[in-house]
Amino acid sequence: MPSITKPKVTHPGLRKNELELTVRDYEGAMSTLCAGCGHDSVTAALVQALWELSVPPHMIAKLSGIGCSSKTTAYFAAGAHGFNSVHGRMPAIATGANAANRDLLYVGISGDGDSLSIGLGHLSHAIRRNVRMLYIIENNGVYGLTKGQFSASADIGSRSKRGEPNTVMPIDPVMLGLSIGATFVARAFSGDKQQLVPILKAAARHRGFALVDVTSPCVTFNDHEGSTKSYLYTREHDLKVTSTDFVPPAPEILATIPPTGHALIPMHDGSLVRFHAVPPDYDPTNRVAVMDYLQQHHDRGEVVTGLLYVDESVEDVHELNNTSHIPLAQLPYERLCPGADALERLQERFR
Amino acid sequence: MDPTNVQDPNYYHRVVDCQWACPAHTNVPEYIRLIAQGRYTDAYMTNRESNVFPGVLGRTCDRPCEPACRRGRIDGSPVAICRLKRVAADLRGDITELLPRIPAAKNGKRVACIGAGPASLTVANDLMPLGYEVVIFEKHDKPGGLMRTNIPAFRLPASVLDEEIAMILDMGVDIRYDSPIESMGALLAEKFDAVFVGSGAPRGKDLELPGRHDTDRIHIGIDWLESIAFGHVDSIGERVLIIGVGNTAMDCCRSSRRLGGTEIKVMARRPRPYFKASPWELEDAEEEGVEIVINHAPKRFVVEDGTLLGMEFERLEWDQDARHSRTIDTIFMPCDDVILAIGQENAFPWIERDLGIEVGKWDMPIVDEATMQSTRPGVFFGGDSAWGPKNIIWAVEHGHQAAISIDNHCHQIPVTDRPPQGMNLVTQKMGISEWSYHNDYNPSPRQRMQHVDLTERFKRLELEVELGFDAEQTAREVQRCLNCDIQTAFTASLCIECDACIDICPVQCLTITPNGDEHELRQRLSAPADNLDQPLFASEALPQTGRVMIKDEDVCVHCGLCAERCPTAAWDMEKFELKIPYAGSVMWSSR
Repeated sequence: MPSITKPKVTHPGLRKNELELTVRDYEGAMSTLCAGCGHDSVTAALVQALWELSVPPHMIAKLSGIGCSSKTTAYFAAGAHGFNSVHGRMPAIATGANAANRDLLYVGISGDGDSLSIGLGHLSHAIRRNVRMLYIIENNGVYGLTKGQFSASADIGSRSKRGEPNTVMPIDPVMLGLSIGATFVARAFSGDKQQLVPILKAAARHRGFALVDVTSPCVTFNDHEGSTKSYLYTREHDLKVTSTDFVPPAPEILATIPPTGHALIPMHDGSLVRFHAVPPDYDPTNRVAVMDYLQQHHDRGEVVTGLLYVDESVEDVHELNNTSHIPLAQLPYERLCPGADALERLQERFR
Repeated sequence: MDPTNVQDPNYYHRVVDCQWACPAHTNVPEYIRLIAQGRYTDAYMTNRESNVFPGVLGRTCDRPCEPACRRGRIDGSPVAICRLKRVAADLRGDITELLPRIPAAKNGKRVACIGAGPASLTVANDLMPLGYEVVIFEKHDKPGGLMRTNIPAFRLPASVLDEEIAMILDMGVDIRYDSPIESMGALLAEKFDAVFVGSGAPRGKDLELPGRHDTDRIHIGIDWLESIAFGHVDSIGERVLIIGVGNTAMDCCRSSRRLGGTEIKVMARRPRPYFKASPWELEDAEEEGVEIVINHAPKRFVVEDGTLLGMEFERLEWDQDARHSRTIDTIFMPCDDVILAIGQENAFPWIERDLGIEVGKWDMPIVDEATMQSTRPGVFFGGDSAWGPKNIIWAVEHGHQAAISIDNHCHQIPVTDRPPQGMNLVTQKMGISEWSYHNDYNPSPRQRMQHVDLTERFKRLELEVELGFDAEQTAREVQRCLNCDIQTAFTASLCIECDACIDICPVQCLTITPNGDEHELRQRLSAPADNLDQPLFASEALPQTGRVMIKDEDVCVHCGLCAERCPTAAWDMEKFELKIPYAGSVMWSSR
C-alpha cells in the first residue's frame, strides 16, 4: 500500500475527451495489490480505453467476484456503479443486470481462480447466452491471494516458486470460449498496452460477450524462472497473430489493403489509421480454423495474442430473451407492476 | 538518445531548478526541509555556506530561483523561497559556535579588497578561515556597499545588515574606513599577495537633456538613496517624477513617499512587460500609491529662474514587440523634484592604464568569467565592478570564485585549475512505502507576505514594511516545496518492464519506448515533452525488450510513487547533495 494517495496534481498539457474529462477522471482508489502486479497495468489500460471511448463513468457497471483480480474494480472509474459478488458468481450477476438495464456498459473483471475454478459453470453459461459485457480474465496461473498455489490455468511443466512442476492439465479460457460459442475472443498481455488498449476498446463496443484473456503476471508468486506466466516468458513466447485497433462506426470508407504489410487510410476525423492485413494463414471469423491454429502454436510453446475470433452476427442476450429496451429502473411503476388483474390474465394463459 | 550520464553532478543539479538558477547554488530544498522541521539554525547555516548573507538576501534578493521553481510550472506560482530564507534568518539561534574557526597562526599571505560590499566581504569570509590576512579599504565610514547605501532601511533594517557583516569582520578582517583608493599603482606598491576589486558600479547614469543643470532639484537616484542612508537628506517636494523603471526606481519612489512626496509618478518609456523592475517590487510600490506611467520618453526639464516647474515628455506608441515607437504628442508634467534612476555604470579613474590591467569595451576591465582575474595576474574583480550592475547574489558568487583564484594564486597553482564540483546521493528509503522526506503533494496556494498597514507605514523612514511569514504561513509554504533534490534514480538492469511506475505517475513523466533521437522521442511520450529547457532522462537498454525508460523531468513532483510501486527497486528516491568547492576545500597535492 503506497504511503500516499496519487496526488491530484496533473500534467499541465493533459488532454480531454469528448466529455471534457481527463484520463485522471477515470481513475479509482489506490491499488493495494503488490507493487508490479500485472493487474494494475490492466487497470491502467482500462482507464485509458474508457477515456478514449468517452464512456460516461455513470454509464459503467463494474462487476467482480473474489480474488486479487476482483479487487481491480475498485481502482478505476470511481464514478461508476459496482457489484462485488460471491466467489465465481459474477457472470450470473452480470446476466441479471443485463436483463434489467441494457444501457450500461458492463465491465466484468475476474481471474483464473474466479472464472476457471469455482466460477467455470457461470462463465460458460454467460458465454452461451452472449451476455453483453466486457469480460476480462486477469490470468496469472496461481492463486495469489492464498500464497501461490497452481490455478486451473497453470501450464503442464510450469514450476512453482519453490520449484515443483505442475502436472495437471490446464483450462485455456480462449479454447473454452471458442468451443461453446463465444462471439469475441482475444488474448493480450498486461505488459503490452499498445495491444491491450485497442482490444479493450473493441471489446467494450462488441455486441455480445467479449472475452479478453490477459496474461497478467503475479509478481510475487509467479514471476520466476520456470514459470510460463512471467513477464520474461510471456515476452519471449508472445506471437501477435493479429493487429487490432478500434475504429468507431461511421460512413463506410472503401480501400484496398495489401496482403502483407499495411496501408495508411485517412479516417473521417482526419486521423490516419494503419491497417494491417490479417495473415494469409489466419481467418479470425473461422472458429474451427482458429482453434486449430491455437492448438498448433500452443504445442510449440507459443502464446498467441491479439483479437483471435469475432462474430457480430449472432443474437445477443437481449435479442435471445426479448428483454426490455427501457431499463427497469426507468419504467413507470404501473408498467413494472401492472397489478393483480394482469397477473391473473398471465396465469390464465398457462391453464 | 544516449543513456543519461547521472555520474555528472550537472544532471541532477539541473533537476533542482532553484539551485541551478541560483548564482551561488544555494541548497534550497534542503534548507526548506530544515525550516519545516523547525531547525532554523541549521537552515540558516545551509544558506550561509553558499550565499553568506541569508538575512539580507531573505529580504532583498533578486530571486532568480523563483521564476525557475518547478512549482511555478505546476500551479502557476513558485515557492516563496526568498521569504522562507528570511524565516530561517529571523528565527535562528546563536550561531557563534558554528562559524569557522580562524587560525591564530596566519599563513603569511596578505590580500587587499577594495570596497566593503558583498563581493569583498565574501572574499574575506572565504579566506580568513584559511589563515589569510585580509585588508578591506572602504570609502565610507560603514561597511556594506550598495547593500547599505542603495537599499532603503524600510526594506532592509540596518541591524540585519550589521549583524551579518559583523560575522565576517569579527573573523579579524583589517577594515579601514574612510579610505578611498585613489591609485591602484600605489596600492600595488604595498606588495599585497593579491588584490580584489569589489568597488561596485558607483556612478548613476545622468540624463543630458535641456535644463539638466539649471536647477538643484534633479537628483541621481543612487546618490540620492545614499544621502538618505547617511542622513544627509530628509525631505523632498510633494510632486516627484522618477525617470526609469528598474528596482532602483522602485526604491526611489518608495523613499520619496516617506520623505514628503504625495504625488509620485514613475515614468517609463516602454510598456509594462519590458520593465526591468521585479514584479513584486512594482507591486509594493503601487500598493503605496505610486503611479506608474508607461510610454513616456523624457524630452526636457522645464526650469524658470532656477526653479524646476516640471518636465516635458513625448508620448509614444510602440509596435508589437516594443522595438519601434512613434511619437504621438508632447505633454508637460509639473513636479517639484526629479530623480534619475536609469542605470549605473562603473568608473575606474583610479586605475592607471600602465599597470597591465587591460580594459575593453566601455572602459571596463577585461575579466575572466571563470577565474575573476584581470589581465594582470594577482588582480581580481568581482560584484558590479566586474561586468556592471548585477545583484547581491551574483556578487557573492563572484567573491567565492575570486577567493578560490586568490588561494590558487597565492600557492603558485594556476588560477584556471578549478576544484571540481562533487555530489552525494543517499537513498531516502526507510522501509516499504516509507521515506525520510515528506513526499505528498500539498495543494496550498502561495502565501502572501503581510505588510505593515499603510496608515502606520510612513511614520518612520526605517520601519520595515514586510512583516515576514507567521508560523502558519511558514508551515504551509514549506510544504509547497516539491523536494526536487530527492532524485528519481533508475537502475535499468533491475527493470522488468511491468509498467507500474508509468501507471502510477500522477504527471505522466515516464515512458518505456523504443529508443530514438531526442527531438522525435519528445513527441511520443506519455505526455508530449514540449518544455525544451528541461532535460529528458534516458536509461540504458532494458533487459527484457531492449527498449529504454525515458523520464521527462519537466513537471515531476518527486512524490516517490514510481519507487513505491516498483517491485524490483529499479527506481529509488535518492537525496542529491551538490558538493560545492570553496577556497581551501580541495587540498592541492603541491601544497
